[in-house]
Amino acid sequence: MVHALQAGTVVAVLAPVLGWFVVLRGQTFAAHTLGVVAFPGAAAAVFAGLPAVAGYYASTVTGAVALSRFRGGRRAGTDEPTAVGIVHVAALAGGFVLSRLYDGMLPQTTALLFGSFLGISAGQVRVTLVTAVVVLAVLAAIWRPLVLATLDPELARSRGLRVAVLDVAVLLLVAVVVAVTSGIAGALLIGTLLVTPAAAAHRLTARAAVGIPVAVLVAVVVTWASLVLAFVSDVPPGFYLAALAFGAFGSAVLADRVRSVAAAR
Amino acid sequence: MSFLTNALVAGSAVAVPSGLLGWFVLMRRQVFAGDALGHVAFTGALAAAAFGVDVRVGLFVGTVGLACVLAVLGRRARADDIVIGATFALVLGLGVFFLARLSRASGRGGDAGLQAERAAAAARSLFGSILGLTTRDALVLAAVGLVVSAGLVALARPLLFSGLDPERARARGVRERLVGTLFLVLVGVAAGQASQAVGALLALGLLVAPAAAARRLTARPYLGPLVAAAIGLVATWAGIAVSRHVDGVPASAAVVLCATTAFVLAGAARRCRIRRSAAAFAGRGRGDARAAQAASAEQGVVRVDLGAEPGRQLRDGR
Repeated sequence: MVHALQAGTVVAVLAPVLGWFVVLRGQTFAAHTLGVVAFPGAAAAVFAGLPAVAGYYASTVTGAVALSRFRGGRRAGTDEPTAVGIVHVAALAGGFVLSRLYDGMLPQTTALLFGSFLGISAGQVRVTLVTAVVVLAVLAAIWRPLVLATLDPELARSRGLRVAVLDVAVLLLVAVVVAVTSGIAGALLIGTLLVTPAAAAHRLTARAAVGIPVAVLVAVVVTWASLVLAFVSDVPPGFYLAALAFGAFGSAVLADRVRSVAAAR
Repeated sequence: MSFLTNALVAGSAVAVPSGLLGWFVLMRRQVFAGDALGHVAFTGALAAAAFGVDVRVGLFVGTVGLACVLAVLGRRARADDIVIGATFALVLGLGVFFLARLSRASGRGGDAGLQAERAAAAARSLFGSILGLTTRDALVLAAVGLVVSAGLVALARPLLFSGLDPERARARGVRERLVGTLFLVLVGVAAGQASQAVGALLALGLLVAPAAAARRLTARPYLGPLVAAAIGLVATWAGIAVSRHVDGVPASAAVVLCATTAFVLAGAARRCRIRRSAAAFAGRGRGDARAAQAASAEQGVVRVDLGAEPGRQLRDGR
């Protein structure tokens, strides 16, 4: 339980920072898909007798490079959402075949998809912490060019920024965060920590200096509450994560509505 | 009917409406909504099982309900990605809740065999069981498939109009919100249907992959959906055949992998056609009649691409 709280806190601080960019760039579906891509990776690694983490990283990084090729435009008659959808279903189908080939049905299939917060080792906590520090350092280093490339790709290109490289970089960071998050929250529920808190913050403010701390605060509170609730009841934490995070998003939407009505008066 | 006939009937009844609808889903860039509608079938099925209602009722209530929610939340009945992402995480979380409730309710004894059985049941609603359908299931699917296809035919014209040129469609009196909502409900019903055959997680496969392949082959608005439906049909039959002959490959995954293979092959076919017509175009100066004919085909390709672009710009520039 202590390890779960430690790892959960690290993830809850890390995910919304990157999530703020994911929401800003409209790549929610791509992030969700990278989470799903982790599933065949993990299944393949287990099938080949390797640690599941190796599979997570290999498959999510491959997925990130593949998806970034379709960013913002058509390529070979296919636009971005279509490409994301294709990668999504191919990954799920491939993962299902692999998990079926490995000794009938993997007993952990539901754990891979929906996560298992409880039962995390001290080693996993350390890996999560190191990953978080590295990701946040990279994000800080490319912060300003990334903001420009996100808000105005044309201007960024004319300034000599390599927008395509930044596109890949963001998806690679998402892939890494997804790999550490999905070990805890599960491949299908990544969005509860990556997207929903950041989406709530975006409804309240457009300023990164305010929005990101708000998103992190929401995610940390939601994670702690979910872990405690999952501990005292016997429903998996994924449900509480999803419900509480959506509650925060719903409140933010309401607050936004109220504010715009008040401003109209 | 044998289980194989059932599977073929059910698979066809799912593949055709999914292919037809999928073409419009891609045109309107609502892939993420289609994904969410497929996944909600899982929650619906589990909720129905937890409350002891027929699973099919739960499926369709879940998908149609979410379709209405997404239509209400979105601007002009098109929910944006963030709303979909947030709603959809909630829906999956609810699925986890019902899964836990279900296993607690039936697992008071707590022996290992029962646990494995419940895990398998959960995986079935996620990944479908096309080879385990009864004749009655298959016939119900066929009837629903007909209704969905008929609904789409009735909706096709305003849908196409508002998808390609929303401003003019509104000026001509197309009720965009109504059309968009009805369309999402149709996609919801198709997703609920597909989830019985290939599962809640793979329902998106039948919706997107055949349609994406078709869009690589043609941009003609009435031919495209038919090509998509045909590709979906062939992929479904091929997938069922593969799973019969290769041990351990589940039918639902085989169907979806066949459909994504069709997408890759369509890309190769498209490249070949462009290269051939480019070569022919270069040869036209020498007065070669066949080359000129192929060159006009190439102009067709170019026109097709241009035809697809203005709609996109319009949608992006809203």
